[in-house]
Amino acid sequence: MLTIKDLHVKLEEEDKQILKGVDLTVEAGKVHAIMGPNGSGKSTLSYVLAGRDGYEVTGGTAHLDDVDLLDIEPEERAAAGLFLAFQYPVEIPGVGNMTFLRTAVNAQRKARGEEEMSAAEFLKVVRARARELQIDADMLKRPVNVGFSGGEKKRNEILQMAMLEPRMCILDETDSGLDVDAMKLVATGVNALRDAGRGFLVITHYQRLLDHIKPDVVHIMADGRIVKTGGAELALEVENNGYADILAEVA
Amino acid sequence: MAAPAPQRDPTEDRLAAMVLPQNGWTDAARKAALARLRDMGMPNRRDEYWKFTRPDTLVQPQAPSAGLFVNDEGPLFDDMDRLKIVFVDGVFDPAASDDLTMSGVRIDRLAEQADIHWAADLYGQLEAAGHYVPRPLAALNTAYASDGVLVHVTDKAKKPINLIYLHNDENSDAILHHLIRLDGGAELTLLETGPAAARLNKSMEVDVADGATFHHIRAQGRDHERRAVTHIFARLGAGSVFKSFTLTVNGRLTRNECVIELTGDDAIAHVAGACVGDGDFHHDDTVFVTHDAERCKSRQVYKKVLRNGAVGVFQGKILVKQGAQKTDGYQISQSLLLDDDAQFLAKPELEIYADDVICSHGSTSGAIDDEALFYMRSRGVPAAIATDLLTLAFLAEAVEEIEHENLRDALVERLRGWLMRHRT
Repeated sequence: MLTIKDLHVKLEEEDKQILKGVDLTVEAGKVHAIMGPNGSGKSTLSYVLAGRDGYEVTGGTAHLDDVDLLDIEPEERAAAGLFLAFQYPVEIPGVGNMTFLRTAVNAQRKARGEEEMSAAEFLKVVRARARELQIDADMLKRPVNVGFSGGEKKRNEILQMAMLEPRMCILDETDSGLDVDAMKLVATGVNALRDAGRGFLVITHYQRLLDHIKPDVVHIMADGRIVKTGGAELALEVENNGYADILAEVA
Repeated sequence: MAAPAPQRDPTEDRLAAMVLPQNGWTDAARKAALARLRDMGMPNRRDEYWKFTRPDTLVQPQAPSAGLFVNDEGPLFDDMDRLKIVFVDGVFDPAASDDLTMSGVRIDRLAEQADIHWAADLYGQLEAAGHYVPRPLAALNTAYASDGVLVHVTDKAKKPINLIYLHNDENSDAILHHLIRLDGGAELTLLETGPAAARLNKSMEVDVADGATFHHIRAQGRDHERRAVTHIFARLGAGSVFKSFTLTVNGRLTRNECVIELTGDDAIAHVAGACVGDGDFHHDDTVFVTHDAERCKSRQVYKKVLRNGAVGVFQGKILVKQGAQKTDGYQISQSLLLDDDAQFLAKPELEIYADDVICSHGSTSGAIDDEALFYMRSRGVPAAIATDLLTLAFLAEAVEEIEHENLRDALVERLRGWLMRHRT
């Protein structure tokens, strides 16, 4: 489903290579996790896939099925089925959460040549999904992420994911800033979306989140490359021994 | 060497092309205004409050012509129950207007020969008192206004009055002067819509007695080439409320001056404006709020969206006189510059002579938030729609000053339409 080949990325503004040949394939129905120390390039990978400015791809490819992601605009990537849950969801004063969600859902539908969702239908679906994530009506009415707690922001990300029904979900350190209860709630939301047709790429520092979202494959990223790939047990190894041992082993 | 051309006086040049109207009860006020005008002279770039705006085209004898603008948007507030008073190129159109009668309100026309006592006491008076800084174009207006409405509100008006200004003549040069008087406890909502003329000079003097409420919502017309200078002079009695909102869409040159005197305790004045300009667009809000009583509140909220060489100007002042204790004054002016060619010039001023007051002001210029834009695009919202939403969000603080939800929605629709037509 998501196929990344030999991806090289540098910062646009300075001569600094961040990704130095990433190879990664996430199959439909699978959950892949990427772990790695700070500065290894995990978040850069997620931003480059989503199409954020400030990066320059100097080599390699990234495809979502047969769509060349690197060749199209961020909104086209979203319409093609890519979703990034942000590590730091952005506050947008003055734009209502519901307005934003409905605009996004219908823009994607329109881009795919599907019929737009009516206001009534949208309201029904969003209320049901919000309830599952314990998001109350007030949060839906407020401006996007404004005044939300860390946990509320992350739940709001998962609500967006649930409404947009992407084929490929990237979660960038969704566990950061969450207490145990909030993490469980977010994990439950993610697990509810696990599906034979949907792939997940879960980026995290810690094994904790992976207790709740069980990965099929775990990758260790260091210095802009995937240096080791294994099963769920690899995450436990990181938890017990830290990254140093693994990095020494592959060096 | 050629001899230098003789120095011409722009004031006399302009006046030579005009005839002072005579209608009895305003004659003395007009003569006094003419004397004020001659004393001040026409504005020029050396004047403190005309540094950011070129007055030439507002001053010159002939109005620069302005092409008519047609698009498929229907008239504003068309589905609302209101009393319509129509002016075409500054001339009252009785056929297009409603019957000028409504319970709680007496409406007359400036151009009629009636001796209207309350109006005689008001005509030119607030303008004359409002020259903290010279406002010669307002004096010109008082002297030469050809028509306008005299609205005396004695009770709660049953429905809003809508002054509709149509522009059909590419060379029209209109001077309108309205007087509004609200008796104690009276209420009126006044709507003003339309471009009015190729060049418009409009004044409105508003006398709001104790406990009265005046709401004013104005949408300056969408003509791309029109020019306008407008003045609002308002005097607020104790416990009265004055709220004015102006939407400006297009227009080569717009100078809106607003002069408000809070003369009774516990009065409230809100003035707000939202403008959107693309290209050959210059918009100037010059606001002067004077606190001359205790516990009054004033708010100035101005937002401008500018692109492609458009220029926005804000000159706003809060003057708190001695003894105006417990004043609460607030002023914010902000611009959203959609590209590097747009320009915003701001001059906020506070002048305070009382020692127990709260006054705050702020002024900012910024661009669309890239982080927010990317976030929205990453959810599938196309860049153009995301930019529109962020732009409307920027304008929201000003637009939310409009209390009537249906009026607010109508204006937001106008803004949405403009944004859609002006995408990159």
